[in-house]
Amino acid sequence: MISDSAVAAPSAPPIVQISKLWSMFRTGGVEAIIHQDLDLSIAQGECISIVGGSGTGKTVLLRQMLGLETPMRGSVTVLGRPAQELTRAGSASRVGMLFQHGALYSAFTVLENIAFPLRELGGLPEDLVRDAVMVKLQMVGLDPLHANKMPADLSGGMIKRVALARALIMDPPLLLLDEPTAGLDPDSADAFCLLLRSLHTGLGLTVVMVTHDLDTIYEISTRVAVVAEKHVIVNAPPKEVVAFDHPFVRDFFLGGRGLRAMELLHPPPDAV
Amino acid sequence: MEETLPRIVVEAAAEGRRAVLRGCWTASELAVAASWAAVQTGMKTALQAGTTCAWDLRPVERMDHVGAQLLWNSWGRQWPHTLHASPAQRAMLERVAQFTVTPPRPQRLTAGDRYLRLGAWVMRMESHIADALRLIGQLLLDSVQLLRSPSTGPWRDFSGHLYRIGATALPITALVGFLIGVVLAYLMSRQLRQFGADAFIVNILGVSLVRELGPVLAAILIAGRSGSAITAQIGVMRVTEELDAMKVMGIPRGYRLVMPRAMALAVAMPLLAVWTTLAALLGGMVAADLAMGLTPAYFVTALSKAVKVSNLWLAMGKSIVFGVMIALIGCHYGLRIKPNTQSLGEGTTASVVTSITMVILVDAMFAVVFKDVGL
Repeated sequence: MISDSAVAAPSAPPIVQISKLWSMFRTGGVEAIIHQDLDLSIAQGECISIVGGSGTGKTVLLRQMLGLETPMRGSVTVLGRPAQELTRAGSASRVGMLFQHGALYSAFTVLENIAFPLRELGGLPEDLVRDAVMVKLQMVGLDPLHANKMPADLSGGMIKRVALARALIMDPPLLLLDEPTAGLDPDSADAFCLLLRSLHTGLGLTVVMVTHDLDTIYEISTRVAVVAEKHVIVNAPPKEVVAFDHPFVRDFFLGGRGLRAMELLHPPPDAV
Repeated sequence: MEETLPRIVVEAAAEGRRAVLRGCWTASELAVAASWAAVQTGMKTALQAGTTCAWDLRPVERMDHVGAQLLWNSWGRQWPHTLHASPAQRAMLERVAQFTVTPPRPQRLTAGDRYLRLGAWVMRMESHIADALRLIGQLLLDSVQLLRSPSTGPWRDFSGHLYRIGATALPITALVGFLIGVVLAYLMSRQLRQFGADAFIVNILGVSLVRELGPVLAAILIAGRSGSAITAQIGVMRVTEELDAMKVMGIPRGYRLVMPRAMALAVAMPLLAVWTTLAALLGGMVAADLAMGLTPAYFVTALSKAVKVSNLWLAMGKSIVFGVMIALIGCHYGLRIKPNTQSLGEGTTASVVTSITMVILVDAMFAVVFKDVGL
């Protein structure tokens, strides 16, 4: 993402390409189809929000991109390779994931948590790893004093920040977020949004997030993909999505909460 | 592949020497031992060229923050005299330069700290004992409450635990008991034959299995199997805040969590002990038949003469104690678990180790106290 040639390329291939995806779950002998012929393509430098009602399979879609679920039919291609290959060694340098509850290793300190993917590589000297961790720790807005704390001693907002630093330690070009602001108080959520926006533009990341939070959607996303009726019904910049005529879109964006949040709607940050 | 290897070449240029960086300066490339060594030697030559040496990062294919950190550290954490870099590279180096700090040291232990640690250990032991006493006291009070109004008792929980702890343990205890019986009978048959005392195998096997080995074997198996499960169940309830949810609803956890488990183990343990003993005797009987030609019919008639029934009552009595003890130790450690996974693992291990040790300790006490019974 840093090399000039990649940025300058006129028609870079999409970072994520999902075509004709079918996802199915079997619970208690009952088969439930979650996605049916779902298509989604995410270009480099986008910050895309995936929205949809409960149980429409937003998180499943994210897990498909991470290779944690197997497509029943169709294909999920991430950075030019099948998503299934992502769970193999070295994937930390390709995709970073911020899980909803942080998923920090509770037996490790903050420093060890962030350093984990680097140490797993072996071969890098300890002081370089430590310095790199301290840089990332401050990039996500945490004080170096927190480095030796245990995850159990951190607040919800700090856990998310540490998890974000861990996701970014290998500078992956693609960052996935599952409900990044869920469970944070409004101030922390706003601060976290600002952080995400600065990282998105500063590092040239491609960001994919699942969220319910309208403020987050309007604040940082360049595109919104709405999942309903088992596929993506619309994938466009926020303003166009709001104008799209569909019962879910009307309820979600133009309900009371939606109208209040829309006051935030401003020209999306320049991503590409 | 050759293209992505990070490397430094020092070239002579018009204005003096120039260090040119090529390849991928990313964590995963730098972590390869060969490229790390190459980069280190290249870096040494470049640094020896002195401050007049210009640095050219433009040919670098990709660079991440680890690569930038390596450069920054090699430059002695200051900007080189002349640097040619793309805006993105410069921005990255500036970020690294801004945020590089020495991490705070993990605190060293001083003598004072050690003294305080010892104090904390003593306090922890004290709280362990206080918690254990409180748990036992609560169990007694809950039992009294149950006796007063048996209809409100947690019978559903009780029957569930009885099934999980007792019924599902039948195959494993039978298998282990049977094999121990076979092994003991074979070993003893060799020794007894030397003295021509073949028939005494029934006495030895009978007394040792009924009185000691059956109950202790069953108790150790159940401590490992169900003691750990109890600790883990209650511990997970702590981690997921289920314990707090119960408290908020006003449901007494002693009455609903501890007592049903203690009751289930108090009922299941003696039955499992008898079951294990029977399996072990069966194994001994088979082995005695095969190795010494003692018929099962003789074995059974001799057994009833050799072993007094009081041994069986003693075995069942101490099994009840073992069962309650395993349940209480499991619950005790489960309730002390802190909401993180490490504490969960430690608690489960401590619970199993403690309950097995206590089973053997209490068994020895029983052996001393009841030495005149049944022998």
